[in-house]
Amino acid sequence: MWSARSKAIGDYVKRCVCSNGRFMAGLVDHRSNPFGSSLASGVAETSRHALPFPCNMAAPFLVRRFESTLAGKQLELLHAGDADDDQALDFPGGKVTYTPEMKFIWENYVKRVPCYRVLDENGDQIMGSNFKEMSKEVALKMYNDMVTLQFMDTIFYEAQRQGRISFYMTTIGEEAINIASAAALNDDDLVLPQYREPGVLLWRGFTLQDFANQCFGNKDDGGKGRQMPVHYGSKKHNYLTVSSPIATQLPQAAGIAYSLKMDKQDACVVAFIGDGGTSEGDFHAGLNFAAVMEAPVIFICRNNGWAISTHISEQFRSDGIVVKGQAYGIRSIRVDGSDALAVYTAIHTAREMAVSEQRPVLVETLAYRIGHHSTSDDSTKYRPLDEIEYWKMARNPVNRFRGWIEKKGWWSEKEESELRISIKKQVLQAIQVAERTEKPPIAELFSDVYDQPPDNLREQETELRETINKYPQDYPSGFPF
Amino acid sequence: MLGAARQKMLGQSLQRIRPMEKVFRSYSSAAKQMTVREALNSALDEEMSADPKVFLMGEEVGEYQGAYKISKGLLDKYGPERVLDTPITEAGFTGIGVGAAYYGLRPVIEFMTFNFAMQAIDHIINSAAKSNYMSAGQMTVPIVFRGPNGAAAGVGAQHSQCYAAWYGSCPGLKVLSPYSSEDARGLLKAAIRDPDPVVFLENELIYGESFPVSSEALDSSFCLPIGKAKIEREGKDVTITAFSKMVGFSLKAAEILEKEGISAEVINLRSIRPLDRSTINASVRKTNRLVTVEEGFPQHGVGAEICATVVEDSFGYLDAPVERIAGADVPMPYAANLERMAVPQVEDIVRAAKRACYRYVSTAAAA
Repeated sequence: MWSARSKAIGDYVKRCVCSNGRFMAGLVDHRSNPFGSSLASGVAETSRHALPFPCNMAAPFLVRRFESTLAGKQLELLHAGDADDDQALDFPGGKVTYTPEMKFIWENYVKRVPCYRVLDENGDQIMGSNFKEMSKEVALKMYNDMVTLQFMDTIFYEAQRQGRISFYMTTIGEEAINIASAAALNDDDLVLPQYREPGVLLWRGFTLQDFANQCFGNKDDGGKGRQMPVHYGSKKHNYLTVSSPIATQLPQAAGIAYSLKMDKQDACVVAFIGDGGTSEGDFHAGLNFAAVMEAPVIFICRNNGWAISTHISEQFRSDGIVVKGQAYGIRSIRVDGSDALAVYTAIHTAREMAVSEQRPVLVETLAYRIGHHSTSDDSTKYRPLDEIEYWKMARNPVNRFRGWIEKKGWWSEKEESELRISIKKQVLQAIQVAERTEKPPIAELFSDVYDQPPDNLREQETELRETINKYPQDYPSGFPF
Repeated sequence: MLGAARQKMLGQSLQRIRPMEKVFRSYSSAAKQMTVREALNSALDEEMSADPKVFLMGEEVGEYQGAYKISKGLLDKYGPERVLDTPITEAGFTGIGVGAAYYGLRPVIEFMTFNFAMQAIDHIINSAAKSNYMSAGQMTVPIVFRGPNGAAAGVGAQHSQCYAAWYGSCPGLKVLSPYSSEDARGLLKAAIRDPDPVVFLENELIYGESFPVSSEALDSSFCLPIGKAKIEREGKDVTITAFSKMVGFSLKAAEILEKEGISAEVINLRSIRPLDRSTINASVRKTNRLVTVEEGFPQHGVGAEICATVVEDSFGYLDAPVERIAGADVPMPYAANLERMAVPQVEDIVRAAKRACYRYVSTAAAA
């Protein structure tokens, strides 16, 4: 110990003496330090190597003798790293090595983070790619659901245009993200959607009729007609009700995951967010907290290039969202969102990591938003029509996956046309039934505000019923009481 | 979270724990004195002990023992998994709390003051308050948001606003505001046990005030009903409604009025939402005169709601216009003299009661 100590002191003294013999406290090598020349004579402002006791040429040896043993022990602990004492800063948060070279971390890497993909545009597996195998049954259910989602979107969108529902949002272009991610998860995993993930519900068993009932807000809607269209939710399917304010689900996901962790459940939480949503403050809080709490959350960011009319370049200047993961200490990956196999594999792996290692994972999927933001949007106003057409025809995730299952001999043209006819019929029927179904009864106006209805609401309900009885002509006919 | 580091501090902290048992053991005939701080601390302690799902989260609630020492000793007793010190992000930890409540835990979220809760108000209103309704009963939120509300002393505009009216207008929330230690204990326990989201508005200046508490109130099963006001002082000439610190001022005003031959009935609202309309109206029907008192801004305030309530239900019983005493319609100034002018004082309440009794001729734009 003493020999190591004296070596350290010897080195220190050597370093303090510069080439012309003058003593400089705190500068290791002033020649490489850009501030060195201006501080050659004075006490270094950039004194990064100050030892905890004052020092002059002869003093190191003298001071040692007068220290108490306690102080000595503390110093030994501090200087346990000994030689790299000058190479590293022991700071709250961990050791940081020094560098005499002033170098800024550039705002972007020359090479962007690459995108994991398994299938090419035709559905052929790319050489050297690896992916999680799936059974024919799973693959066909995935394809079935992707086509169902496509039809549902197209026809419901039209229904809104016809004035039959007030609002709709499509998922066109992101079918693979929706279905493949759901397929890779367990039914116990809690899903907190943004609003463009109905496919996850579809996979888990929400029927076309359920979707239609919600959009029409009728009495069979599991949500009792409380929410505007596409704000689905189902406790039975572990899918939390869609909440409009953007990104609020992210810290909530961390909170749920923390609770799962405390309960030691073999499940994780999956929170979806769009590229635009990552600008919200809640994105920062949610990811930061999940990392600190070591919570099993998978954050899936659907980067689809647009936030209504705001292009990515106006949303952030980073290399997408995947690079932000590391900033929070979160393992991340970038995936081709139009490739169902890649999404399936990545989510499957992310889930394993989240649950077995009890850590958050960030997955950024890249898949172009082919549809408009919603029925209130006309995206041709801010982006070229041929760009939309290109992604729709040449880069369509549904077509790509079909290519793969056809090549595996699991699917044929005949089955394709049968499927399309069948699904179209089912969707149209679901809409017709939903449209004809009665609206929810008046009692549902007042229930669920609180656990138990309070007096004032009970009074109001009574008053309302009396008023309707007294003045039926003021209320629409067929109004369910 | 940073449990390892905390365990080292445990040894030092253990010496700082107050012997809480002392407060509960003596069920003697004399009423026990208890500060509001002790009342809140004991309520949290008992509810956390009774239900392992209850946990506390907020800035400085753990190691620091609470910004106002309300959570003193709780970290040592329950550990870092149930008393969570959070980074500085109200939006973040409120969101996490709401998420935990969705899953079935019972979080108590502490805001250093409700002024800072504005940074999390979307989670409180759009998520906590509305989720049960929007999800048709599938997502319940048994959460409590608590912290100091209203004016303190010399802290300026961004630390002095009263949020009773804001939260009180929102369906889906329950809003409580205790005055005495008994209120604090009973209402906080009720709030934690309630399946709905509750906003619990405390007051920094009353934390240190001592009140007598009955032996019944000291029992760990003690609970006050939500939505019931308390008649602190009975009277027959004029009804004065108030909540939180203003209850104390109103009681002092009532004593002064007594000497002048006016018998004032002071109602401690306790519950802003639901508002105890029946108690208020029954009182006005008895006295025929009403003075509402609050610290917050006058426009769209709690007093405005009470006035409308009384006009709707008991108009024929009013013998005088309703008097509304509220804080000045300005952001809270800092200078001591200006601050005093910006919040209601006992004299303002006395004058208002006299006006309602036609014993005082008001000059122009007096208080």
